[in-house]
Amino acid sequence: MLPILSFEQAPPISVPYRFFLTAPLFGIVAGLILTWYGPAALLSRWSSGALAMTHLIVVDFMLQAMCGALLQFVAVVAGANIWRPRLVATVVHPLITTGAVLLASAFVLEWPPLFLMAAATFAISLGFFLTVMAFALLLTPARGMTIHVLRLAIFGLLVTLVLGVILACVLGLQQTGFPLLMFVNVHVAWGLGGWALMLVIGVSFLVVPMFQLTPAYPVWLTRVLPLGLLLVLSVWSMHLIAANGEAQAWQSAVGFAGMLLAGLYAITTLWLQLRRRRRLTDVTFFYWRVAMLALLGYALSWGLFAALPQLGSHPRAPLWLGVLILPGVFLSIIIGMLYKIMPFLNWLHLQRIVSAKTPPPNMKQMIPEKAMRGQMTMHFAALALLLAAVLWPPLAPAAGMVFAASCIWLEWNLIGAVRIYKRFKVQILADAASRES
Amino acid sequence: MAVKVMSTSIHKNSLTFFLGQNAMPTISQTLPAHHKHCDDLFSAAEEAAQRGQWKTCSEATGRYMQTMLAHFDAEESLLFPAFENATGMTSGPTQMMRIEHDQMRNLLGQLEVAQKAQDADTFSGVAETLLILMQQHNMKEENILYPMCDQTLGAQVEQLSAQLSARLAEA
Repeated sequence: MLPILSFEQAPPISVPYRFFLTAPLFGIVAGLILTWYGPAALLSRWSSGALAMTHLIVVDFMLQAMCGALLQFVAVVAGANIWRPRLVATVVHPLITTGAVLLASAFVLEWPPLFLMAAATFAISLGFFLTVMAFALLLTPARGMTIHVLRLAIFGLLVTLVLGVILACVLGLQQTGFPLLMFVNVHVAWGLGGWALMLVIGVSFLVVPMFQLTPAYPVWLTRVLPLGLLLVLSVWSMHLIAANGEAQAWQSAVGFAGMLLAGLYAITTLWLQLRRRRRLTDVTFFYWRVAMLALLGYALSWGLFAALPQLGSHPRAPLWLGVLILPGVFLSIIIGMLYKIMPFLNWLHLQRIVSAKTPPPNMKQMIPEKAMRGQMTMHFAALALLLAAVLWPPLAPAAGMVFAASCIWLEWNLIGAVRIYKRFKVQILADAASRES
Repeated sequence: MAVKVMSTSIHKNSLTFFLGQNAMPTISQTLPAHHKHCDDLFSAAEEAAQRGQWKTCSEATGRYMQTMLAHFDAEESLLFPAFENATGMTSGPTQMMRIEHDQMRNLLGQLEVAQKAQDADTFSGVAETLLILMQQHNMKEENILYPMCDQTLGAQVEQLSAQLSARLAEA
């Protein structure tokens, strides 16, 4: 018996857009927090400012954008039936937004009950989201490596969530004697590697060849990368049960294996881009390229820190890695993808309501190229300044301001796309009404 | 000409990898290779427009359009009816694919107008839209529809593959 496929599961445009439009707002807040705290935020990864900024970027900017994109992407790529996408978005979007505000406030205000409230909010909202996505991805008849990798990414988010909820409860209940550092290390590894990087890898198997007409990723690599990453993360998680001394011994080896995989992925993607058949380059292409260079920089820096413990044990070493991986890798990819997804969704939804005689504006008319390039330059400037501020903290306020400004510009560009969508929709419907009358 | 390009450009996507090199040609092998051929023709037309080489662009656009239209026609006249007969599904995936073909036909028309008017901005905007639509359409066909065809059409697959290849080679 064949599953019924309609291919028509693309959710209403408001489903992904609410997530996309919210995401940059928290980047603005993160930039302002850095400006406000100044060098104090960069004392170490454990400073209130650093923890608040990190979570604003990962659970709000990144998680928002990734949830929105998944709701759209899974429906199209997997032909998977997402159960009532509008309802899912209506429940999940406000809850994860609230959760992110609660969590960032908990770090800034250092008020324990906020951690408990954040934990509950995320457990409910992401638990619901994960259940819906898991059903869609497990029941799809679609084939291809991307589907498998997306399933792994969903599992990665589940592990990150569970560990995050445990950590928030420990902080909320002010439990002492809990092995906090070990849990944090495993939580971070699953969040960055098992969820975010896994998702990027799965999506890139499709979109890198698609946007630039590059050769496909080598088949062996599409198997080795996700499975290797899963293996590395599983062994890394043994941290939680191994005695401290024992863990130290193999921790570096496992970490190296993980960095090798990340480096291999970055180099392969850059190599595929060099072999692209489409010569035209655009903002999305540059964003991907810089993201892959940042990922390579991250893997190399990690190796350097492991090889030179004096350097690696510096309190600001994890911040250097954090800047490379968060704004450098993940935000670059997300912004680059948003600049492709939103113009296409605008076009897709508009062309459904127009007649063949009055075509909707094409993708390049949705967000001005100049505005995207300007925003991209500012994002890269912010990235350079953030890295410089890790080396020389007095630069922190300037870096925070430029980062906030790049997020404001991004928000402005995305709102512009929505306004064009609305304007044309009104115009098209008015044209249709006048023809009928 | 098209056959030659197709035979050299069969890419090792995951499906052909799983099926092995010696298997009889399936839908999942024949048509993705032609998608890739269309991509190449698209790229040539787009590059010529970007460089302002309108004479080259006119030829490249013409060849690209002709090949795309032949692909749609082969699917709509051979593959989709066979799938619909075998499964009884007439309003499912094949209907959606037909709608997307029409959307692409429309964009191809716009591309031709822009090429004739030597309007580089419009050409590039329409090309970008067409590329994304074309790629996500191919993805759905290659990941979902073609494997379903191979699965449901059974003994007909080999003959249908040969017919599709022959039809596409004529274009």
